[in-house]
Amino acid sequence: MTGLDQHLPALQVAVPMVASAFVVLLNPKGLAWAATTAVSAMSFAIAIQLTMLVTAGTPLTYAMGSWPAPFGIALEVDSLSALLLLVITGASTIALIGARASIDAQIAADRQIYFYSAWLLAVAGLAGIVVSADAFNIFVFMEISSLASYVLIAGGPDRRALPAVFKYLIMGTIGATFYLIGVGLIYMMTGTLNLADMELRIAGVSDQRPILAAAGFITVGLALKAAVFPLHIWLPNAYTYAPHMVTAFLAACATKVSLYVLLRFDFFVFQQNLDGHTFQFAAYLMPLAILGILVGSAVAMFEGNLKRLLAFSSVAQIGYIMLGASLLSAAGLTAGIVHIFNHALAKGALFLALGAFALACTSLRFETIGGIARAMPWTFGAFVLAGLSLIGVPGTAGFISKWHLIGAAMELGPPGLALVAVILISSLMAVVYIWRIVEAACFGAAPADFPDVRVPPLLVTMIWVAAITNIVFGLVPDLPLELSRDAAASLLGHVK
Amino acid sequence: MTPENLIIAALIVPLIGAVLIALTGRINANLREAVTLTTAGTLAYIVWNIVPTVFEGGRPAVTLAEVMPGVTIGFEVEPIGMLFAALASSLWIINSIYSIGYMRGNNEKHQTRFYVMFAVSLAAAMGIAFSSNLFTLFLFYEALTLATYPLVSHKGDADTVKSARVYLGLLLATSIGLFLPAIIWTYGVAGTGDFVLGGILEGKIAGPAVGLLLVLFVFGVGKAAVMPVHRWLPAAMVAPTPVSALLHAVAVVKAGVFTVTKVIVYIFGVDFLFSEPSSGWLIYAASFTIIAASVVALRQQNLKRLLAYSTVAQLSYVVMAAAILKPLAEIGASIHMVAHAFGKITLFFAAGAIYVAAHKTELFQLKGIGRRMPITMGAFTIGALSMIGVPPTGGFVSKWYILAGAFQDDNYLAIATIILSTALNAAYFLPIVYMAWFMREDVPPEKPHGEAPWPSVLALAITAALTIGFFLFNGPALELERQLFMGTS
Repeated sequence: MTGLDQHLPALQVAVPMVASAFVVLLNPKGLAWAATTAVSAMSFAIAIQLTMLVTAGTPLTYAMGSWPAPFGIALEVDSLSALLLLVITGASTIALIGARASIDAQIAADRQIYFYSAWLLAVAGLAGIVVSADAFNIFVFMEISSLASYVLIAGGPDRRALPAVFKYLIMGTIGATFYLIGVGLIYMMTGTLNLADMELRIAGVSDQRPILAAAGFITVGLALKAAVFPLHIWLPNAYTYAPHMVTAFLAACATKVSLYVLLRFDFFVFQQNLDGHTFQFAAYLMPLAILGILVGSAVAMFEGNLKRLLAFSSVAQIGYIMLGASLLSAAGLTAGIVHIFNHALAKGALFLALGAFALACTSLRFETIGGIARAMPWTFGAFVLAGLSLIGVPGTAGFISKWHLIGAAMELGPPGLALVAVILISSLMAVVYIWRIVEAACFGAAPADFPDVRVPPLLVTMIWVAAITNIVFGLVPDLPLELSRDAAASLLGHVK
Repeated sequence: MTPENLIIAALIVPLIGAVLIALTGRINANLREAVTLTTAGTLAYIVWNIVPTVFEGGRPAVTLAEVMPGVTIGFEVEPIGMLFAALASSLWIINSIYSIGYMRGNNEKHQTRFYVMFAVSLAAAMGIAFSSNLFTLFLFYEALTLATYPLVSHKGDADTVKSARVYLGLLLATSIGLFLPAIIWTYGVAGTGDFVLGGILEGKIAGPAVGLLLVLFVFGVGKAAVMPVHRWLPAAMVAPTPVSALLHAVAVVKAGVFTVTKVIVYIFGVDFLFSEPSSGWLIYAASFTIIAASVVALRQQNLKRLLAYSTVAQLSYVVMAAAILKPLAEIGASIHMVAHAFGKITLFFAAGAIYVAAHKTELFQLKGIGRRMPITMGAFTIGALSMIGVPPTGGFVSKWYILAGAFQDDNYLAIATIILSTALNAAYFLPIVYMAWFMREDVPPEKPHGEAPWPSVLALAITAALTIGFFLFNGPALELERQLFMGTS
């Protein structure tokens, strides 16, 4: 590893963070958009380079200021973090490139520079969580990304975003505080914040009450931030009333980053040290995952607002990821982790397309999107493709997740069949809620004063890029699968 | 071109055709129709060029990609698929001629979309016919469902949308809910989903699990329309008649029974399934469907719905024949796909022609129509006779083989079903023929009409001729299947 390559883990965070401070100096607003997009694209390039390094060999570690861990702050990039970095920076870049018209329509011109600054801060925070190998730094970056996303969500013209974001803020803060309490308790007992070090030292005190309490606090706190059912109630409104492009970005990656921390903490630190934690983890998460899948899909079937519909679908999809993880097998974890990637592809594309629809429709409800398929045939086509991926039709990325998840459930034998049934029933529910939208868009009555809006070519292109990736990674899923397999093996390597 | 390249060409040509149809559709309707006909002709030419290789025992194969370890997108042409592909691609030419007459005669809207989706559907059908493993087959199976949705919902009014919802919902629900787990199960226990003569499951599963897996496959392949997953087929009748004719009498439904046959022959293996008592339910389910669908057909007043229920029954002939698990019956199953296709497409063409010329859809309106539309009703009569299985029509040939196969195993249930259903077929088709030719019109039409536009009449005359032709010249098709099931005799 030469030259710049070894500094990439730090640059992954530093580039967007430093840039976010300077974006506010850029006027006119077009320049701010261009700069933000360029920085995001640069982060994406860094993530790609990191992924290539990770797939080529051993995980990358980086000691800040050359202070070695556990004394200094360490950054670490392995397969799991690489996968998430790709999702975060990729979603941000694609959304930003296409976002200009939508952001112009939704955010006042004089506030846009702050909006772009917050966007980059969110990218930096999310990336920071993923590269940190240190429990406290994860908290710091979690706060940075959360605060930035509160700003982003509240930035839209819809005043209902304010109560929504307030709810998110309260819930998010509770989650982060729980996490911090847990980390504090562990620090009290072990005297370390470095995850690898913690893993070693916790063994001696693993039967102590504070550690058990810490495990509870951390798992619940992170589940709250990850919107694991039934701690999801902040999510639908936050997604619904956020500016459309923010929804596209955050829906692809925000909750998944918390899931990432949850997996990392539980598998690296707790699983092998705490008596019976493996069982508790599975017994606690699996029912919640199943409930999340079924309830989320069921609510989505009857929802009238398209963004909220997709938000409830996200609750179900988070359930898929958790279900895979709660199987505690290589196949299950692979399926869950690869779904982090595949769901981001599908949901990102869907929300981008909704953003395009919103340019013409007065609101995103079933009654108001009639005829949009004729007005925006290209956008609608991409929407259908991404919808098929969400359903899990073969040839799309969503199918790859379902295939692995069902395969992993079948490994359990007869009890696994119940899980297979859950997965299939929820897939059928997805058919229902996606096809409701398709029918409304194709056959619904178009309003008389349907505005003649052309979707900006950049946005259509990006929507299609996102939709096509669903097909590409449905037919050639080697990259995400390889990363997921490796990540699953690494997580399981920490379980006795 | 090598046979391998021909396979790829057969998949790509209809897609290129679809793009060209979309482009020319904006310029000129005649040009667009010319593109459709050229594409159909090219596809048939390509497919027929693969036939000699398969006839000589060759099994040209291509693997495009390995999606996951052991899970590939691959194609291999074997006799049953060859027959299906040749059938669908050849009838597409005739159907396109018919469509021109029908769509223009009816002043249908969105004709470009219609022809585009038709071409895409044919590409999917070719993918199903040539697929070399379950995953590839499933990929194109779902593609066919989705590609036909815009054709079924073509009219776009509330009733049509509702029926199209049943169509899509039932086909997707069965395929995702039952077919997909069956496929994953198969890959799980066998480590592969490749179609291998003699099956891949022997020794991998046993006992009741075999029967259960067969349940998942047969009902998961909703396109085979074994009761109770047949309701999508009557619902699909809201589509324009050319769609009902080619897709819902040939390509889509035959894709269903084709899949069931392939699963029995190449996944389970005929001998393995024969040795497993838990698979015995299939013949009962198929027999029940044949009889029940025929009884329902007897009560229909709408011509297209009657034909739909007749199709449900005829499809289960194929399933039942395959389930007899004897070589002669398997040959009968493959041949019946062809024989029924010729007869049923003729019947649908006739029904569509009547609609275009006279705007009549109900049975009681057909009194005396034979005098106004003699060619159409002549073709209809031939098609009806083929459904009943009267010589000299194609339907007789396949029934002969299915019966011979049933006698090989002394399967009296199958024999009784065939006899009873022949009587029922006669009971619902012959009154129509009688009404059309020998009864007088009770209300004269508002304005006198003759035959439908000539392209439609030409098309139905050709398929009627094919129905009779298949009785006389069925040697090559039989020989092809005989090679597969009885060795080169």
